[in-house]
Amino acid sequence: MKWSWIPDHAGDLVTITLLHLRMTGTAVFFGLLVALPLGLLAYRVPRLKSVVLGVSSLLFTIPSVALFTLLLPLTGLTPTTVVVGLTVYTLVVLVRNTVEGLESVPPKVAEAARAMGYDRVRTLVTVELPLALPVIMAGLRIATVMTISLVSVGLVIGQGALGQLFVDGFQRDFGVPIIAGIVITLLLALVADALLVGVQRVLTPWHRTGR
Amino acid sequence: MGELFAEILRWFTTGEHWSGPDGVPAQVGTHLVYSVVATVIAALIALPIGLLIGHTGRGAFLAINLSGFGRALPSFGVVILAFQLSGLSLVPIYLALVLLAVPVMVTNTYAGMAAVDHDVRDAARGVGLTGWQVLWQVEVPLAFPLILAGVRIATIQVVATATIAAYLGFGGLGRYVFDGLAQRDLAQALAGAVLLAVVAIALDQALRALQKPLTPRGLRRSNR
Repeated sequence: MKWSWIPDHAGDLVTITLLHLRMTGTAVFFGLLVALPLGLLAYRVPRLKSVVLGVSSLLFTIPSVALFTLLLPLTGLTPTTVVVGLTVYTLVVLVRNTVEGLESVPPKVAEAARAMGYDRVRTLVTVELPLALPVIMAGLRIATVMTISLVSVGLVIGQGALGQLFVDGFQRDFGVPIIAGIVITLLLALVADALLVGVQRVLTPWHRTGR
Repeated sequence: MGELFAEILRWFTTGEHWSGPDGVPAQVGTHLVYSVVATVIAALIALPIGLLIGHTGRGAFLAINLSGFGRALPSFGVVILAFQLSGLSLVPIYLALVLLAVPVMVTNTYAGMAAVDHDVRDAARGVGLTGWQVLWQVEVPLAFPLILAGVRIATIQVVATATIAAYLGFGGLGRYVFDGLAQRDLAQALAGAVLLAVVAIALDQALRALQKPLTPRGLRRSNR
């Protein structure tokens, strides 16, 4: 093993890691953007709940290689294809956790807010969503870690970010880039997860004391 | 778009795509063999570990965090590395698939066991059941839905990851996708993707169908 490959390619590794992060961030961001309203809708309209959850878990069942390939006619061999596919995968966790989070809010709390004169929107934004936050954040953590590891499947269409290191290592019969790719992916997942835990602590100060 | 759709249809209706060692039935079979063998081996390893941790309560930290680690592992990287480091054969591919399927099954099995009400467990001990009987007659039936959910997630994951076998020169449904992409034959790649999606969904639904008959009668109503 020629480990010196890693310092020799430090610049490339940084570039590719940033690309990996950008793809992950975009997918998770759009995932949240879609999942929050969908989760809210499923929560408010019980009849839609099973449909929304059913469709998102069906989409989740489609193997990532297949989903990326199926998106090719629309977005081609671009990072967008991977990002769109990953956005779809985040939905199953994000929608489910949004619904579960909102359902975990005791009805009496929302009723109290309404009784104090809050309208529905204000109750939702200032009471229900904050209380649902821990469950939503738990979903966000799972979705983020999952997305970080799934970006590399994009190697199938030449857009795997850190996953391209696996192709590189495989084609040159050289293990170091593959190991580097795996280790960096794990580190990114670890750091992202820790950051999200931090964000959650900041956003839910009432959880820090007590319980 | 309509053109492409017609091409995919043509691919599926071409007789030669359905026969021989590269035909659809053979590749579906190969893919299922990879997936089922890996999942079964993984279950044989993961379920006892999950049950042991759940029953004794020892190692809970490991069980809880294992699935997070499994989720973070880039599956294609692990398979390619295993393949390259140990012998360019199917065995390392199987090993990697098993490795990837174990964590989520351990975590779910443990979660199912941990969710069993302490009072129920105590009551079972109180009426004189041995530890072994508590495990098999009380804990496992109660934990079953979550255990099966873990097996389902692991199966989906293995089916998806097994496509990489074709990238490494073996068979399975990844064959059509990788060949199609390499030969710039989009219809073939899309046909492969459709087959892959259908097989994954069918397998998942089959496992889901098992959930009801295998769940103890007393628990069925309260379950989704």
